[in-house]
Amino acid sequence: MTLSDWASVALLAAGAFFFVAGTIGLLRLPDVFTRLHALTKADNLGLGLILLGLALQAESWGELARLGLIWALAVFASASACHLVARRALESGAQPWSKRDAD
Amino acid sequence: MSTVLIYSFAGIALVCIGLLGLLASSHVLRKILAVNVMGSGVFMMLIALAARAQPPDPVPHAMVLTGIVVAVSASALALALLRRMRREEGSALLPEDRRE
Amino acid sequence: MPTSLPAFDALLALLLVWLAGRLLVTRDLFKAVVLFMVFGLMLALAWVRLAAPDVALAEAAIGAGLTGALLLDTVFRLRGEAEPPPPRPSAGLIACAMLAAALGAMLVWSMLALPDDWFGLTREVAAAMPDSGVTNPVTAALLNFRGYDTLLEIAVLLLAVLGVWTLNAEPPPAVPAAGPVLEALLRILLPLLVVAAGYLLWAGAHAPGGAFQGAALLAAGGVLLHLARPFSFGTGWPVRLALTAGFAVFLIVALLLVLVGGGFLAYPPKHAGTWILAIEAAAMLSIALILVALFVGSARHTDRGRADAGAHDPPA
Repeated sequence: MTLSDWASVALLAAGAFFFVAGTIGLLRLPDVFTRLHALTKADNLGLGLILLGLALQAESWGELARLGLIWALAVFASASACHLVARRALESGAQPWSKRDAD
Repeated sequence: MSTVLIYSFAGIALVCIGLLGLLASSHVLRKILAVNVMGSGVFMMLIALAARAQPPDPVPHAMVLTGIVVAVSASALALALLRRMRREEGSALLPEDRRE
Repeated sequence: MPTSLPAFDALLALLLVWLAGRLLVTRDLFKAVVLFMVFGLMLALAWVRLAAPDVALAEAAIGAGLTGALLLDTVFRLRGEAEPPPPRPSAGLIACAMLAAALGAMLVWSMLALPDDWFGLTREVAAAMPDSGVTNPVTAALLNFRGYDTLLEIAVLLLAVLGVWTLNAEPPPAVPAAGPVLEALLRILLPLLVVAAGYLLWAGAHAPGGAFQGAALLAAGGVLLHLARPFSFGTGWPVRLALTAGFAVFLIVALLLVLVGGGFLAYPPKHAGTWILAIEAAAMLSIALILVALFVGSARHTDRGRADAGAHDPPA
């Protein structure tokens, strides 16, 4: 395996790690806002790392362009979705978690 | 275990789970979900068996493509029926399940 | 044979079966629908593993996306009724379980009884490909070899729209005004979706893609548009014309080919590609409109809903 292959493996593993972290946040955090925060931030970072790892394996500029487009669209869509979910949760009365709730 | 075998068994499992869900659930929405799961199981069996050939047999692929589109339209019709039943009769359960 | 990755495949298959079981057991309907959407996406992954990219495209867009949207819509409209208690293990339930197990056993037995050296129709299709007008065998099977099935499939879609519209399920709930983020998202996504759909239609002749995948993308755009700015179709004749155009074009071409080509839906080999593209273009537009119509219904949305929700609108 060449150097770029090893770099790809490392980037993909890092991306996967962030996805796992985001999922753990989804499962363990107390309310919808913190969960959204963890999920969206971690997933976007994970996606970026994974696409970077794949870009190292790309075989043409066209493929690179498509990967870049995928990244842009996915980030855009996930950020918008996060905003919409948070706005809807706020409108239906979800209260942000505060330290006092834990006692 | 080969890829084909794994997915064929998964497809069979999905069909059985879907059938059980269809028969055992009383809420009609759950029944619709169960029918979709059964459909997905059948698709998986078709495509797994098509993958035994190299290159994969395209005719089951075309059939599954047709199946997916028909499944969504059937689900839409079923959901419209469910909403109408709920509006007319006040319950999302079939009449024979409503005794409670 | 797809590249052998038994560990990944086994994990994915187990995940799919677990998701299916979970979604049928979970008490909360919303959770069940979300699990179903996840199931659909994992299924798309399974199709990729089984070397079926056309099916994967359609599954992700239609199976997970559109069906999920329809189910969510219904879940929210059904709110307010108490969930019946889960079925207790009774004789009836055990009988159903045994029935399902028996079915499973029969299927496993019949699958293991299949001959090992069986190639399906791969060879016949490969032999007929040069005359089919396209190079993607799935498109050839859909539009040429099994064109009659596709024609009837579009008819089934039309029947579904007829049914949904006739049922006229209920007046739409008041929709809060779309925020600036959704509008911005739409402004970027809709043109991209149209371009991508057109590309998929064109690429379907030589690569994974085709009319159904393009229609799914367009329908997704239509549903998004409806969620942001609710519109209604009404039942005027332009809408009816647009909805039936796909089926009509397909049928007209099929009958024309009786005169010009070799028979009902028998394309002349030299121009088969053009005929197929024409049919696919009309079909894509019609199917997209049909899928959106299934979601939107025929009820008239007026601006009443938006005016009431104007109070929620943040000052621009």
